[in-house]
Amino acid sequence: MTIVDTKIKHGDASDGILGGRLSRIDGPAKITGSADYAMEHFPEGMVHAVIIDSTIASGRVLAIDAAAAEAYPGVLLVLTPDNAIAIKTATDWTGAPPPAVPFEPFAREITFNGQHIAAVIAETFEQATAAAALVKVTYDKTVPISTFDDPRAGEGYPIDMMTKEWGDAEAALATSPVRIKQEYRTPREYNVPIEPHGLIAQWTGDMLTLWEPSQWIDGMSRTYAEWFDIPFENVRMLSPYIGGGFGSKALPTRYGAVAAIAAKMLDRPVKLAITRPQTFTAFGGRPATRQTIALGATREGKLLSILHRGDNETSMNDVAVEPLGSVISIMYATPNFSSRQNLVPVNTVKPGALRAPGENPSAFGIECAIDELAYEVGIDPLDIRLLNYAEEDPSANKPWSTRRLREAYAAGADAFGWAKRNPRPRSMRDGKQLIGYGVAAGTYPVRRTPGEAMVRILSNGTIEVASSGIDMGQGTYTILAQTAAEAIGVPVETVMVKLGDSSLPRAPVAGGSQLANLMTGAVHKAALAARDELIGIAINHPNSPFRDLQANTLTIEAGRISSPRDTGAGIGIAEVMRRTGRDRIEALRNTLPEEHQNAKDHFRNFTTIATMKSPTEGDYSLHSWCVHFVEVRVDVDFGTVRVARMVSALDSGRLYNPKLAESQWKGGIIMGIGQALLEEGLVDDRYGRVMNNNLGDYLVPTNADIPDLKVISVGIPDTHASVLGGKAVGELAIVGVAPAIANAVYHATGVRVRNLPITLEKLI
Amino acid sequence: MRDFSYLRASSVEEARRAAAMPATMLLAGGTTLVDLAKCGVTEPERVVDISHLKGLDTIRVDAQGAYIGALAKMNRVAADAAIKSAFPAVSESLWQAASAQIRNMATIGGNLLQRTRCAYFRDPATFPACNKRVPGSGCSALEGVNRGHAVLGTSDDCIATYPGDLAVALIALEAVVHLGDRTVAIDDFFLLPGTTPQKEHAMQPGELITAITIPASPAARRSTYLKVRDRQSYEFAAASAAVGIEFEPDGETIRDIRIGLGGVATKPWRARAVEDALRGKAIEPDIIKSASRLAVEGAVAHGGNHYKIELAPRVVERAILKTGAMA
Repeated sequence: MTIVDTKIKHGDASDGILGGRLSRIDGPAKITGSADYAMEHFPEGMVHAVIIDSTIASGRVLAIDAAAAEAYPGVLLVLTPDNAIAIKTATDWTGAPPPAVPFEPFAREITFNGQHIAAVIAETFEQATAAAALVKVTYDKTVPISTFDDPRAGEGYPIDMMTKEWGDAEAALATSPVRIKQEYRTPREYNVPIEPHGLIAQWTGDMLTLWEPSQWIDGMSRTYAEWFDIPFENVRMLSPYIGGGFGSKALPTRYGAVAAIAAKMLDRPVKLAITRPQTFTAFGGRPATRQTIALGATREGKLLSILHRGDNETSMNDVAVEPLGSVISIMYATPNFSSRQNLVPVNTVKPGALRAPGENPSAFGIECAIDELAYEVGIDPLDIRLLNYAEEDPSANKPWSTRRLREAYAAGADAFGWAKRNPRPRSMRDGKQLIGYGVAAGTYPVRRTPGEAMVRILSNGTIEVASSGIDMGQGTYTILAQTAAEAIGVPVETVMVKLGDSSLPRAPVAGGSQLANLMTGAVHKAALAARDELIGIAINHPNSPFRDLQANTLTIEAGRISSPRDTGAGIGIAEVMRRTGRDRIEALRNTLPEEHQNAKDHFRNFTTIATMKSPTEGDYSLHSWCVHFVEVRVDVDFGTVRVARMVSALDSGRLYNPKLAESQWKGGIIMGIGQALLEEGLVDDRYGRVMNNNLGDYLVPTNADIPDLKVISVGIPDTHASVLGGKAVGELAIVGVAPAIANAVYHATGVRVRNLPITLEKLI
Repeated sequence: MRDFSYLRASSVEEARRAAAMPATMLLAGGTTLVDLAKCGVTEPERVVDISHLKGLDTIRVDAQGAYIGALAKMNRVAADAAIKSAFPAVSESLWQAASAQIRNMATIGGNLLQRTRCAYFRDPATFPACNKRVPGSGCSALEGVNRGHAVLGTSDDCIATYPGDLAVALIALEAVVHLGDRTVAIDDFFLLPGTTPQKEHAMQPGELITAITIPASPAARRSTYLKVRDRQSYEFAAASAAVGIEFEPDGETIRDIRIGLGGVATKPWRARAVEDALRGKAIEPDIIKSASRLAVEGAVAHGGNHYKIELAPRVVERAILKTGAMA
C-alpha cells in the first residue's frame, strides 16, 4: 500500500513526466564522446588478445604450430586447448544444471568455419594480430554440410514443444473451396552492431572485473563466476553504454572465457576485441528459415485451415530454435490449425537471437500467405485481415489483454491513403517506376520477469536510481529518471540514474522487450517507498515543519513538500532532509512475488530466464501489435526496389516516453527494410563459410535507403501487461516490415518473391 | 598487418625511386592500402607517403580538356564547377562512389588503382588460392559466391570485377593517364586478367600516376553516369554505364557516342560494339534497345552473376536515353 493513489494514465503526454517526450539524458555524453563504452578503459598493464579461428567448417585440428608466433616480438602467450587452464561448465541461461565436465572455449573438433581454436596474447594489438597470422594450423578436413539445402542435411529433427494443433488442419484443408500452398524463406541474418563485441578482463586475487558490453550483466556474471568457481559477488561487470546488441550481447561467449583465462594465466588485464568478420561467427545471428504454409478458405476468404511446417538451421551440436509458429498461431482466427517445426543441423555457429527471433520470420510467412489468399479470392488485403480478425487468442483460448490491431489498421490505412490503391497488380506507375502498396501486420509478446531497483533521496534533494539493468540506446536511463521523478514528485533533472554495473541491484536480461516494463515497475515501487519514508519523516520527526499534519495530506511537487493548509511554495526536500538530520533515504525494492522473497529464488530470477512469464500465463494473452503500410517503387528495367514511404500504426500499450518509443519503432522498421531488401549471409557451400562477413559486403540500409517513416501509437495503458501499462516496444516494429514490402513488390510488379532478401535479380 | 618501414617522400623523383624497390607501396589517401593491409592482401615492407607532395592536386579545365592531379581528392573533383559543366559523367561517377568520408580522403590516382571486392581475393588466411594474389594458385570464385563477379573480360584464371566508378567515366571519355614522363591511354592502362590476373595495369615498378587528362569534346559535355546498385548509397555497382553523346546539327542523329561499362567487367569496359551500332543512327528507343544488347556480346556468367548479362544492356539503354534527353 502506498500513501497516494497512482493517477490514471492515458498513455500520452498528458500523463506528465512519465509519458513525456524527453530526449535521451545520455544523448549529450554520447554525442560529445564523453560516454565511455565498456572497452574504452585502459587498466594499467593491459595486454591484447587476438583469436584464431578455424578456416574449415568440418573436421579436426591435428596440430597447432605456435613456434613462430611465440618468437614474435611482444608475444606473451599462445593459448591453445593444450595449455589453457581448465575451467568448469556453467549453468546455462535457462537455469539447467551443468554437466560436471570442463568447459573448453577452444574447439578441437571443428563444426563450423570461424570456430575459435587458439589465441595470441601480446603487449600490443598489432603484435598479437601479426603473430596470430604466424600460427600454423593443420587439419583433418571432412566435407561440410553447409546449409539446410544440402541433401545430406536431411529433414532434421522435430521440436515437439513447438507443435501447436487444434481441429483437423489436414482434413479441413482438403475440403476447403480455396487452397494455396507456398514456401517462404529467410536467409541467415546477422546482428552486426556498430560497437564491436569484446571485453577487458582483469583479475585482482580471486576477484574478476569485466568491462564488457552486456544486455544481461547478472546472467553473464554468473557464468563467469561458475566458469572460474568463484563466488558470484567476486565478479564485477561494467557495461555503462552499449553500441547496439539486438540480442547478440545477452549471453556469455567463448571468447569471453578466453580473455578471462588469459588474464588469469598472465596476471595482466587482457583486452579482446572481436573483429568485424568475427561478428559473423563468434556468436550466431538469425538462422536461415523455410516455412511451408497451406491455407484453406471459403470463396469469401474466411480461413478454414492453416497448415504450417517450418525448419530452421541449427549448429551440429546445439538446439537453437527460431520459433516459426509464434505469429502464425495467433494472428488469425481459424477453426483448424497445425504447426510443427524441425531443426536441421548444419556446419554453422550456433544461431543466436536477432531482434524478434521467431516472430520475425513467422510473420514473413503468414503475412505473405494471407496476402496471396486475398488475391486468390479477390478481396482487399486489408479486408481479409479484418475478415479473419482473431477476437481472442486462438492458440491459448484466452482473451487478449488489449489488442488494438483493428484501430491500428484503421489509423494506418487512413494516414497512408490505402483507399487510393488500385487493387490490380502492376497497375500503378510513375514513368519507369512501378508503384506498389503493401500491408502486413506484426506482433510481439509481452514477457515478464520481476525486477529490482534502489532509489535514494539524497540530502541535497536529488534522487539516485540504481540498477544493473542496461541501456543499449533504447532509453533506460531516461525512462527510469522519468519514473522516479514522477513517483516522488521531483523535476526529472534532479534524478541521476546509474546502470550497467553488477555491484548495483539486480536486473534480468534486457531481451524479449521486457526491460522497460519491469524496470519502470521496480523503480516505481522503490521510488514510492522512498517517498513514503520521506513523508513519514516529514510528519513524524520532531524537527520537521510538518510534524503536526496527517500523513495523507502532504504532497510533493517539483521537489517541494507542501500541505493543503500551506499556501506558500512549500519546503524543498533538501530543507526537510537538513532539518530532520537525514543524509539519505534509501529504498531497495524488487517485484518478486512474496513466495520468492528468498536468496535462492532472488538469484535464480536475475541470473536465469527460468522465472520469465510467458505472454499467456495468467488470465489474458498479452501482446503488442502493429501494422505497416508500404509504398515501394520498383524500377521496371532494373528490378531495384526502393521504399518510398511507410506508415506504421503500433499498439505497445502505454508509452513511457513516446519520443524514445517512436525511435525504437523506427529503428526496428529500418532494420526490417534492410531485412526485406538487403541482408543475407552468403554461404560458400564448399567451405561452409559466410563470404560477405564485413559491412562492405553484408549490406544494411544507408540513410539514403530510408524514407520518412510515420509511426502512429494506437496503444492504451494495459495494466494486465505491466504495472504502469506498457507492452513490448523494442522488438515489435521489425515484425511485419518484410512481408509488407514483399506484398508491395507483388502489387507493383506482379512478381511474388517468397525468399528474402528481395534483390534485383529476382525481379528482372 | 606486418611491420613496415615508412618513408615520407620529399619529391616525385624520390617517391619514384623508392617505389622501384621491391615490396613497396605508395600511400596517398590510404583508403585502399590500409583496408587491404588489414585483411592481409597487401603486406608491404616499405610504405612511401606521397600524400603531402606539392603540385599534384591541381584541377584545371580549359578548352582542350581537364587536367586532374593524382592527389586531388574525390570530393574536390566531384564538386568542381568546371568538371561538372564540361565532364558531367566524371562528377556523377564520383558522387555515386564510396561514402562521403572515403571521398574526402581518397585521391584520384588511388581511386583508379582500387582493387577488386572479390571476397576470395580479400581473405588470404582462409583462401590461399587466388591467381591474382598468388599466380597459378587457382581461383575460388569461379564456382563460389560470385554474385558480384564479372561477366565480361573474364578468363579461366580470374573473374574479379573492377570495382570503381570514375574509371568507367574516364574510359568513355578517353582519358589519358600520366605516369610522369610517359602517358598511357586509359583503355590500355587497365589490363585484362588473361593468364596474368596479378597484373592489373600498365605501370612499371618505379612509376606512379601523376595526373589524368580528359580531352574536351561535345560528347564529354553531354555525358552522364548511371549506376544501378542494391542500395542507394555506399555500394558498388551491380551494373553502371557512362555515356557521352554528340549529335549532328539535326539534334537526333548520333555523330559520336562513347559508352563505358562498370560493375560487370574485369576492367573498366568500353562498349565499342554498341557505339559502332549507333553512330550515325537516330536516337530512337527501339534502335537504342537492340544496340544496347551488344554491350554483353561474349559475356560469360558463373552462376550467381547471371543477372548482370540481362541487367547491363538495360542500364546502357537507359543511360543512352537519359544522355540523349540532356538539355
